Amino acid sequence: MSELLMSWGLERTLANNIAMLGQGTLDTLYMVLAATVISIVLGVPLGVLLLVTSKGYFWDSPRFYAVLGAVVNALRSVPFIILMVAIIPFTKMLVGTSIGTTAAIVPLTVSTIPFLGRLVETSLRTVPYGLIEAAQSMGAGPYTIIGKVLLREALPELVQNFTLTLIVIIGCSAMAGTIGGGGLGDIAIRYGYMRFQAGMMVATVLILIVMVQLAQWLGDTLARHVDHR
Amino acid sequence: MIKLQQIVKTYNEGTDQAVPALKGVSLEIGRGEIFGVIGLSGAGKSTLIRIINMLEVPSSGSVVVDGVELTTLPESKLREMRRSIGMIFQQFNLLSSATVKENVAFPLRLDKTLGRDQIENRVSELLDMVGLGDKGDFYPAQLSGGQKQRVGIARALATNPKILLCDEATSALDPKTTSSILELLIKLRDLLNLTIVIITHQMEVIKECCDKVAVLDGGVIAEQGTVVDIFSSPRHELTARLVNSAVRKDVLDTLEHMTLITEYREGGSAVVELLFLGSSANDPVIVETAELTGASISILAGSIHHFHGEILGILVVGVAGTQEIIDKALETLRGRVYRLNFLGYEVKTPEESAT
Ligand SMILES: Nc1ncnc2c1ncn2[C@@H]1O[C@H](COP(=O)(O)OP(=O)(O)OP(=O)(O)O)[C@@H](O)[C@H]1O
Ligand SMILES: [Mg+2]
Repeated sequence: MSELLMSWGLERTLANNIAMLGQGTLDTLYMVLAATVISIVLGVPLGVLLLVTSKGYFWDSPRFYAVLGAVVNALRSVPFIILMVAIIPFTKMLVGTSIGTTAAIVPLTVSTIPFLGRLVETSLRTVPYGLIEAAQSMGAGPYTIIGKVLLREALPELVQNFTLTLIVIIGCSAMAGTIGGGGLGDIAIRYGYMRFQAGMMVATVLILIVMVQLAQWLGDTLARHVDHR
Repeated sequence: MIKLQQIVKTYNEGTDQAVPALKGVSLEIGRGEIFGVIGLSGAGKSTLIRIINMLEVPSSGSVVVDGVELTTLPESKLREMRRSIGMIFQQFNLLSSATVKENVAFPLRLDKTLGRDQIENRVSELLDMVGLGDKGDFYPAQLSGGQKQRVGIARALATNPKILLCDEATSALDPKTTSSILELLIKLRDLLNLTIVIITHQMEVIKECCDKVAVLDGGVIAEQGTVVDIFSSPRHELTARLVNSAVRKDVLDTLEHMTLITEYREGGSAVVELLFLGSSANDPVIVETAELTGASISILAGSIHHFHGEILGILVVGVAGTQEIIDKALETLRGRVYRLNFLGYEVKTPEESAT
């Protein structure tokens, strides 16, 4: 990529820097999107499980809810940077290494699943209980109620939850970069901080800001689109 | 069609927060009846109606619907059974994320044997039936309360149930919309031979559309009977209070300005309430009684009430004359009206007797 830029007449270091930022952005996007998708795939069921086992819902089970809730809270209270280091053995077991973008996905996911799970639980709780009863009175079973009533009715909130998760993951991914996770955070530390290249620092920050803005805009638009209340 | 026997329901049973919601309720509701249950807040009405489709499991007692005992049915059979019992709610409980059509299609989609076209046809048939044929693609948020409840009714009837349960279905609606929904329920009962159970705290709802009514008070049935019986001769104190506020408002206002005593005094007149039912409301009872006995009868207050299928007239009259004439007149009246309630003798206040 830097050759291409130089052929356009750009000076070598600038071309190299831009190419590096481009690669960093791609790495960050890969990390962030993969972690978000995995978090959603696992966090939504977690939220559903928390809801339906809580008091008054159809799989009401106080003990199970208490244990699961405690685990979720425990994971949520560990700062990301510590969690990332603490689960290095687990990460190694899963992806074979603890360095690089793919490895960073593991701690990113582990830390956001409980976070998203709680958000999902809270959102599903806003669905009026009367809707569940109405579905039951029509002969619907628990799985139908989860899919066709709870998740469907809470969709606008869920979209907001996913947006928030995405933004949190963007932030954490930059943090992950600083300790060998690759991506924009890695560039910011290595060039912006250690080699005093203020331009690189500013550039990474700007790119991160744009990413967050885009994510928020996309989420808001989507949430509005699915909201019919 | 529906038979409840000795239903007891205690919430949080066995804990120190136990709430006895129903304390032994027995009811029998016939096919094609519109059966009302009225009671004050917390009387256990919602609990009772939710036991009919087992949304709430009774602590003890038996629930038989269409010959099937529901309390011992396994969950899967129960779900099937619920498809033959429709239910509508005070808060409508429509999916806000789904269009009117999708809401009505919800119970149909649970039946995997139905094809797309079948469902679509059935939905438009149902929407026409409740008068919402042109609102299929609207979302609930775009509808009025009355229209939302019509969607609720269409959804509840989608699976061709034999029974429709209505939990305060009109409580969130204004009087005019309430009437139109009740009319629709009567129409659908006649059209589909539905059995309808209506829970309400409004006597007007009972008056407008029920055949029979049970009065629920503190988890027990205080009184039950045909609507006309309950309205004309309430026996229980709560029933009397509910009935009075619904049909005797004018009468009670008039009586408030009178002083009534129990003993006859010279020159006094008896004040009685006469109830007329149906056709006898048109007979010239007053004039004939006056001619026959020589009593002078004056009308003090009156009102006419249309129940669904029956007319109840309430008239308060003063009967003046000697003790003998009054007794004779009351006896004659008693034989000719549906019911006569003796209220007392009127005492003229001093300034009135002076004029
Ligand atoms: N899930 C529940 N857990 C505990 N107590 C309950 C529950 N549901 C109802 N109750 C109690 O049972 C009693 C009867 O309640 P119910 O809802 O049947 O009354 P209602 O006649 O429908 O009242 P309203 O007119 O206010 O709807 C009340 O004292 C209520 O507090
Ligand atoms: Mg209620």
